[in-house]
Amino acid sequence: MDLNYTKDEEAFRDEVRSHLKKNLSPKLAAKVARNKRLSKADLVEWHDLLNAKGWLAWHWPKELGGTGWTPVEAHIFHEEIVFANGPRIIPFGVNMLAPVLIKFGTEAQKKEYLPKILTSEHWWCQGYSEPGSGSDLASLKTEAVRDGDHYIVNGQKTWTTLGHISDHIFCLVRTDKTVKAQEGISFLLIPMDTPGVEVRPIITLDGEHEVNEVFLTDVKVPVGNLVGEENKGWTLAKYLLTYERTGIAGAAYSRQAMEHLKSAAKRLESDGRPLREDPFFAARMGKVEIDLMAMDIFNLRILAAAGGGAAGGVESSMLKIRGTEVRQELTDLMRRAFGPHAMPFVPESFDEGWNEEPIGPEGAMTRAKSYFNMRKVSIYGGSNEIQKNIISKMGLGL
Amino acid sequence: MDFALSEERQMLTDTLSRFVREKYELPTRQKAAAMEGGFDPAMWARFAELGAVGALLPEDAGGFGGAGEDIIVVFEALGGGLVVEPFLATAILGATPLIGAGKDEMLEQVIGGALHLALAHTEPSSRFEMSRVSCEADEDGVITGRKSVVLNGATADMLIVSARSSGDEADEAGIGLWLVDPKAEGVTMRAYGTIEGGHAAEFTFDGVKGEALGDAEDGYKTLERTLGRGVLALCAEALGAMEVCKDLTLDYLKTRKQFGQPLGKFQALQHRMVAMVIAIEQARSLTMLAAGMMDAPRKERERALSAAKNMVGRVGRLISEETIQLHGGIAMTWEYAAPHFAKRLTMIDHLLGDEDFHLARFLKLDAA
Repeated sequence: MDLNYTKDEEAFRDEVRSHLKKNLSPKLAAKVARNKRLSKADLVEWHDLLNAKGWLAWHWPKELGGTGWTPVEAHIFHEEIVFANGPRIIPFGVNMLAPVLIKFGTEAQKKEYLPKILTSEHWWCQGYSEPGSGSDLASLKTEAVRDGDHYIVNGQKTWTTLGHISDHIFCLVRTDKTVKAQEGISFLLIPMDTPGVEVRPIITLDGEHEVNEVFLTDVKVPVGNLVGEENKGWTLAKYLLTYERTGIAGAAYSRQAMEHLKSAAKRLESDGRPLREDPFFAARMGKVEIDLMAMDIFNLRILAAAGGGAAGGVESSMLKIRGTEVRQELTDLMRRAFGPHAMPFVPESFDEGWNEEPIGPEGAMTRAKSYFNMRKVSIYGGSNEIQKNIISKMGLGL
Repeated sequence: MDFALSEERQMLTDTLSRFVREKYELPTRQKAAAMEGGFDPAMWARFAELGAVGALLPEDAGGFGGAGEDIIVVFEALGGGLVVEPFLATAILGATPLIGAGKDEMLEQVIGGALHLALAHTEPSSRFEMSRVSCEADEDGVITGRKSVVLNGATADMLIVSARSSGDEADEAGIGLWLVDPKAEGVTMRAYGTIEGGHAAEFTFDGVKGEALGDAEDGYKTLERTLGRGVLALCAEALGAMEVCKDLTLDYLKTRKQFGQPLGKFQALQHRMVAMVIAIEQARSLTMLAAGMMDAPRKERERALSAAKNMVGRVGRLISEETIQLHGGIAMTWEYAAPHFAKRLTMIDHLLGDEDFHLARFLKLDAA
């Protein structure tokens, strides 16, 4: 047992850190640090930066441009991104669709799509959830009917993250209504400029436009856009959902949030003394720090055990639950730390050009918004309750 | 980064776990706990033969281990059997202050199983605070005061007593550690069993001559190291007990039927079982971290220990209470195994600092 990083791992960390320091623009890092809205141009700039170094598609097979990193190296990479205030990698193309194409796509599909994911020429979003199909995803109703060389797609997708800045959507569609729910689903690639595709914004409780509804009305999709076999889409969907789990615990984000919280509790005052000396606040803060230390080691234990392979489904589910619980507790404390100054809400203040005097102490205006936004993490990606069902069934045999 | 055990330690854990599983079933344990003194001397001798005591002490003390990893490997195995033999009292709390104190002969006897020790540190009003020592030692090494809940005090051949030579009641400076013969004149003892099957004693020292271990004014550092090793041992012991609780509860959910189906088919119970499993992994993670930090600088080491003990306190309560609740009535009986593990888990939070004490200490160390 040795809980220290190896020399090679430390050297790798240095390499990532110095590369990001040299290449990540201060302007973009500042936007991330201040919780500003990021434009598509920002995200493309970020992907380009990573792609230029061969790091964007780090987990792809080496012959397709992957890096061959160990899970621990990948973890270090993600940590350094967070510590450098880099944006998150937008996963839909590079981390979700690409592995599916690599495993199930035709040579023509790989050739057509993979390079364009790397260059951001294609910008993908995910068409999974529907108004009537959340946790029970397999009940989805969006229908694709074969008509010669095309499918005609009708239905509605929802919670489509970044759908409004995307040009392609990968969709789960029903191609057979006569069989068991899971056995009649197919995986289709749809260009969003096809007639009949309409994107409408959903404004979330924090006032932001991040997710959308996507309406599909008589959308004509070439048969060549089917990935894998017809009616075998559920296999692909499950593969996609379990593929990229390295960052699922969000450990680095939570560690950064913990640093911010501690520094705020030193700076902010309560009853004439630093907030960290308030016994009730201090107790909450100490407890979440201990929870975080445990979750961090738990995460590393699972990564180390996975060696060259991906973490198992049960472990990923446990990490997802614990990681999101800790992250939500941190955003809750951050909101509380600012007391009354968590109240002011000036939507323009999240725009790049906003230069007015902030209301309240430094950072106060972003905290309640982050708290509300972070309620999503225990819902998306399979709600924490669904994860418990998975652990119960697959892990405990109940 | 490597979380795997070395080959030797894997062998140690395999051997010890097998021994506990096969030779230390609950009836054996209950018999040992009911013996005079609260454990079975013959069983202690067998543990010593297996090397379980020597594994807890470093080579320069005549042992062949003594690192954080050794402690957690041994104590997790012991926790899996609710072992009542005095590993904590003798091999950790008693022996640690002797390391490097010119007491190699005593250590040798400890490792061979021939000598029993006990640390008399807690006082009637000190609760968990480590430096709150009002027991006094005068310049001739004559000790006066009272000590409480001294684990395995009644069977100790020698006591290690914390006593103050100078300073105020809670000062770290001025505390010394003293060897005291429990049979010496002026020592009175009242021995008793503890609720989860252990054994402890109250001591009064009325002008008893002691022998200083190291500097009598500067024993706090040694005391902190000693208690720290004890905390680590308790955390690992708790893990062993938690795993048994988990296995028994899971098994029960799969076999017990109500409303025509196994209890484990009910989602309300499934999710609670999952919460237990995730919680145990958190306690395990911090116990491993603390084990790996035993040679780190003081602040990092002590923070990791307090974090682990806090987590083990919280998770221990969860596992103990959920084990009883998910079983239902059967877990209220003396005859069934699970409640005995639950009781030990609960009482571990009453030893060497509970969840709240270690949370406060974790914070205090950060501010320092």
